Amino acid sequence: MAMAVEILVSFLILTGATFTLIGSIGLVRLQDFYTRLHGPTKATTLGVGSIILASLVFFTAKTGVLSVHEVLITLFLFITAPVSAHLLAKAAMHRQEKKVKNTHGEPWGQ
Amino acid sequence: MKRFWPSPLLSLVMWCLWLLLANDFSAGQMVLGVFFAWLIPVLTQPFWLSRPRIQKPWKLLSFLLLVHRDIVVANLAVAKLVLGSPSRLRPAFVEVPLDIRDDFVITMLASVVSLTPGTVSADVSRDRSVLLVHGLDVADIPEMIATIKQRYEAPLKEIFGC
Repeated sequence: MAMAVEILVSFLILTGATFTLIGSIGLVRLQDFYTRLHGPTKATTLGVGSIILASLVFFTAKTGVLSVHEVLITLFLFITAPVSAHLLAKAAMHRQEKKVKNTHGEPWGQ
Repeated sequence: MKRFWPSPLLSLVMWCLWLLLANDFSAGQMVLGVFFAWLIPVLTQPFWLSRPRIQKPWKLLSFLLLVHRDIVVANLAVAKLVLGSPSRLRPAFVEVPLDIRDDFVITMLASVVSLTPGTVSADVSRDRSVLLVHGLDVADIPEMIATIKQRYEAPLKEIFGC
């Protein structure tokens, strides 16, 4: 495999791993449920996206045939991530989860 | 006609999905794909929200590109916030008044909001007039509302013409 492809794949994997790690760090460091919701829904989209792109480039270069079914993972992720975040937020409001003191505005009662 | 082939666009998308899932573009898979692309929309027809007609397909394409760019920017912004001091964050629940009333378009707007810069859509009011958004770090609430309305709601309104 060409050196350039290997460098590209490693770069993408490292980027993906870094963003996934940052998402997990967010889960630990952020203060309340609502802010924690942002970590996994955001930082991981780019994390997973990069890893999928790496897989696409790797298998395309290895087999010589354009490998595209990785694109579907991105598509499904983009459809499901907002829905699950939305439901988690709704459930948290229903349970009247505590929010950090400096939060502006109020969650709605359910 | 409508009963036997409810949505040509959905069928086309399903057909492409099938070929991508199979990762095999042979004639057999294509025929099988056509069968599923016909069968699944017919079977699931009762569950679908009525979708308004897309008025400007090219606008939709440029909107999707904009959203993808924003997702990348959002990731970098949120990464920086997460690694900074958590006590300096200014989280906020923001009520965004909506101009659009259509369930399908509101769902799209809410999903886009959840995918982009430090915001998660938390709820929508029963009469579909207000979207509750939770922001991770909001410096200026009116500005954030204006951004959501101009950047995402206005193009969606134009694309679906409602």
